[in-house]
Amino acid sequence: MTLVWKPPLLEILLLLMWLVVNDSLALYQWLFGLLFALLIGYLARKLRPRTARLRRLGLALALCWHVFCDIVRSNFAVGRIILGTIRQQPKVGFLDIPLELRDPHGLAALSIIITATPGTVFAGLDPDSHVLTLHVLDLQDEAAWLHTIKQRYERPLMEIFE
Amino acid sequence: MNANSLLDWAVHFALACFATGMVCAAIRLLRGPTAQDRILALDTLYINGLLSILMLGIGIGSAIYFDIALLIALFGFVGSTAMAKFLLRGEVIEP
Amino acid sequence: MSVVPALSSLSPWLALPAAILLIAGGLLALIGSLGLLRLDGFYARIHAPTMGNTLGAGCVLIASMLTSSAAAGRPVIHELLITLFLVLTSPVTTMLLMRAAIFRSQTGRDGQGEETS
Repeated sequence: MTLVWKPPLLEILLLLMWLVVNDSLALYQWLFGLLFALLIGYLARKLRPRTARLRRLGLALALCWHVFCDIVRSNFAVGRIILGTIRQQPKVGFLDIPLELRDPHGLAALSIIITATPGTVFAGLDPDSHVLTLHVLDLQDEAAWLHTIKQRYERPLMEIFE
Repeated sequence: MNANSLLDWAVHFALACFATGMVCAAIRLLRGPTAQDRILALDTLYINGLLSILMLGIGIGSAIYFDIALLIALFGFVGSTAMAKFLLRGEVIEP
Repeated sequence: MSVVPALSSLSPWLALPAAILLIAGGLLALIGSLGLLRLDGFYARIHAPTMGNTLGAGCVLIASMLTSSAAAGRPVIHELLITLFLVLTSPVTTMLLMRAAIFRSQTGRDGQGEETS
């Protein structure tokens, strides 16, 4: 069975954001927040008609947890590299990864995940061949990076967004 | 040493860390050598400034510092993104 | 700046984690900024501030959340907004800078001549 009614996620998030910014649950804040959310939601619909279909919320939460663990781990790795620069500079390099992910929202999420993790920066995506270029601070084992990106991030994102 | 004086000490320690970080970023901002290095340093500078403002908020115990930090985050992002976009395209808002 | 009444009346079970988070956040941001000085070349340097932007800022904001909730006597989740905002926006700046650096090195406008003292 397909979901016919799409919950207005953008409006709900905007209302929540309004309440958190004002740090209050008073009635007039709810009313103002609702007004604001509906207005911004209406304008944003016009600006960007394409909407994301978010499915498998549990998998998305698991992915968030994995990303958090990876951010903590690579923070320590990058910290060690920076403190070890007296002895030697790290070996930087670009890495090409062919992607199967096509959904634009999934690609946006992938680029944010890659860049938010210290040690790797998203450096470009070829729109025709779908090859992701990645810049890595400490390029020791190319196969390991390729495996991490493909298995740990791309596969769950494909299941969530496609 | 009880936990509260430890917290007080930690606030001062973190402030000192952020101030040193701002000095590092400022040195990189002045030395360059490329324009993108300077923008990266400016980005680091405003994040460190935001964190020190939050630290003052914790130390003084006032909620007003949250709004200042949120504004620094907003304007810092807009500023560094506009500068990076300018380097990339030669203009900020394209027709 | 001295210990305000709100801080000194904080329960030790909140003050201890907050202090640990503050020390960790301060060290992370410091090492990230130090990386700007110590690493060679822009492509290596661009990785350094990400440390302070993600985990460093996250630690400090959680500590701020703990202390302000204790001071107000109710959960205050203000700071989550800054965390969310930083996590979403700092990668955008980094990606744009990376693209700009690649573009400038390709077109030969790398700006090596604009060195100042």
